[in-house]
Formats: sequence, C-alpha cells, structure tokens
Amino acid sequence: MKDHIVPVRTYVIIFLALIVLTWVTTAIAFVDLGPFNVYVALTIAVIKATLVVLFFMHVKYNERVTKIYVGAGFFWLLIMIGMVLTDYISRLWLPANGAW
Amino acid sequence: MPETVAAAHHHHNPALVHQFDNEEQQRTASTLGMWIFLATEIMFFGGLFAAYTVYRYLNPHAFAEASHHMSVKAGAINTTVLICSSLTMAMAVRSAQLSSKKATAWFIIVTMIFGIAFLGIKAIEYHEHYVEGAAPGVNWTITGNDARQIELLFCFYFIMTGMHAFHMIVGLGLMSYLLTCTLKNRFSAAYYSPVEIIGLYWHFVDIVWIFLFPMLYLIGQHLKT
Repeated sequence: MKDHIVPVRTYVIIFLALIVLTWVTTAIAFVDLGPFNVYVALTIAVIKATLVVLFFMHVKYNERVTKIYVGAGFFWLLIMIGMVLTDYISRLWLPANGAW
Repeated sequence: MPETVAAAHHHHNPALVHQFDNEEQQRTASTLGMWIFLATEIMFFGGLFAAYTVYRYLNPHAFAEASHHMSVKAGAINTTVLICSSLTMAMAVRSAQLSSKKATAWFIIVTMIFGIAFLGIKAIEYHEHYVEGAAPGVNWTITGNDARQIELLFCFYFIMTGMHAFHMIVGLGLMSYLLTCTLKNRFSAAYYSPVEIIGLYWHFVDIVWIFLFPMLYLIGQHLKT
C-alpha cells in the first residue's frame, strides 16, 4: 500500500454522510412503504457499509490484491444468504404431496 | 520493486523486518492479512445474519411485533456514537501516519470513550428488556399467539448484539494496547501497521452494527398500530 494520507476533509464528508444516512433510515422506518421498507433499510445499510470500507478502511487506496480479498469476503456472504433464501422461498412452490 | 531500492531501505528503518523488500510491501502484507481475518469474521457474523434472515422470512409478523419492544432512539444514538468512534479511529491512523504522537494518543482515547459510551447505552437497553420481561430464559413475561416467535427474535437479538458487544470489548482491549505502544513511541510514519490494522478491526465492528441496527430495530416499525 502506498503511504496514502487521506485529507481530513474526506473523512469529515464521509462522517457527515454516514450521520445523515442514519437519520434518513431511522425516519423512513416509520413511514409505511409496504414491502419496500426492508429494501430501503438494507440499501441504506449497504451504502453506509460501502462508505466505511472504501474510505475509513482505505480499501479505495489499497492495491488490487487487497480489493479482491475484500470483495471475495462480502461476495461469499451474498452467496450464502442468497442460496439459503432460494431454498426457503422456493419450498412452498412445490405441491405438498405431489409427484415428488 | 527494484532490489537496489529495497537494499537501501534495509539499513534505514529498524521496523522493516528482513523478509520484506520495503515498507510498502510490509504494509500491504499486514493489511492483506488483516482482511483475511476480517473475511473469517464476515463468515462468523454471516452465519447469524443468514439464520436471522430465514426466521424473519418464516415469521414476519412476530418479528415485526418484537421490533416494537426495541428502543429505536437508543439504537439510533448508539449508531451515531459508533460512527463518531469510526471517525476518531480514522483520525488516529492518520495522526500515526503523520508521526504525531500526541494526536494519535488523544484520538485513541476519544475512540475508547465512544466505545465505552456505546456499551453503556447497550447495557441500559439490556436492563430495560430484562425489566420488561423480554429476556428469554431469564425473565420472560410476553404472552399471546406469537409469544414463542417473539422469544425467538429476542434470542437472536441477545446473541447478535451480545457477540457484537463482545467484539467491542476486545476492541477496547486492543485500543489500550495501541495507546500503550503510542506512548512508548513505537509508531511513526515509517511504522504504524498496528494502528492501521486495529483500525480496520474497529471499523469492521462498526459495519456489523450498521447492519444490526436496521435488522433488529427498524424493519417492522412502520407496522406499529
């Protein structure tokens, strides 16, 4: 890693963005959006986590090998939750006492 | 890296250990190593997240009802406290990069204060759940059709926030170590890897909370009648 020193300004902007997003997600939680409440809450959480990873954790400034490992770690989580949910969501699609 | 540059560096920086060509390669190795550890932490918390997701999918109404027992205010304040601690941690790393011992020490101390504040607020919340009778296995008084499923969510709540709080306590221990090393003049622009990688750990624990807050407190609040 190049000895990259991030300007204070960048850290403060990211900090303010994280605070504002926390307010927004808290406020939206009380508005009835039907099924979209879940998606909005999780999307904001993913945006916040991405900001922390890229700037506070310096991954934006790291070299490619570190980025690949970081990406692999989070991608693994998507595979696990995605495949587990594929199972549970699709179970009800089968007839209870069908040809299976 | 050209070997000549590496050889020249060998004689200048005592913190550069001999298996590395130069400081840059040494820093890359420690950062990469820390991320491999953090990948195992993603797997650890990921298991809990996946189990929670499945049971929330199977019992959406009970889980929404359970979220009404949470104090959104306490959760939001704690999220803010952790984000503040992440900023001061990032500033501690920056100060170490600039060889500013005094600033590094102060930023580590402020980060620890935020961490302790977080745990204090969490303890108050735990106490309130206990008093309310929403502590499975210890004091459980919630009744009704969905009582068992609500109890399940509270089990997830206590295990997930408990494991998170445990990580915070470990983080505070690591911070004390960093503070001691900083005061002993161990870090400078030439060598600050421990500050950098413990910073990575601290931010990671912050990220876990960034997901726990909407999952446990927010989703389902709009269904309150």
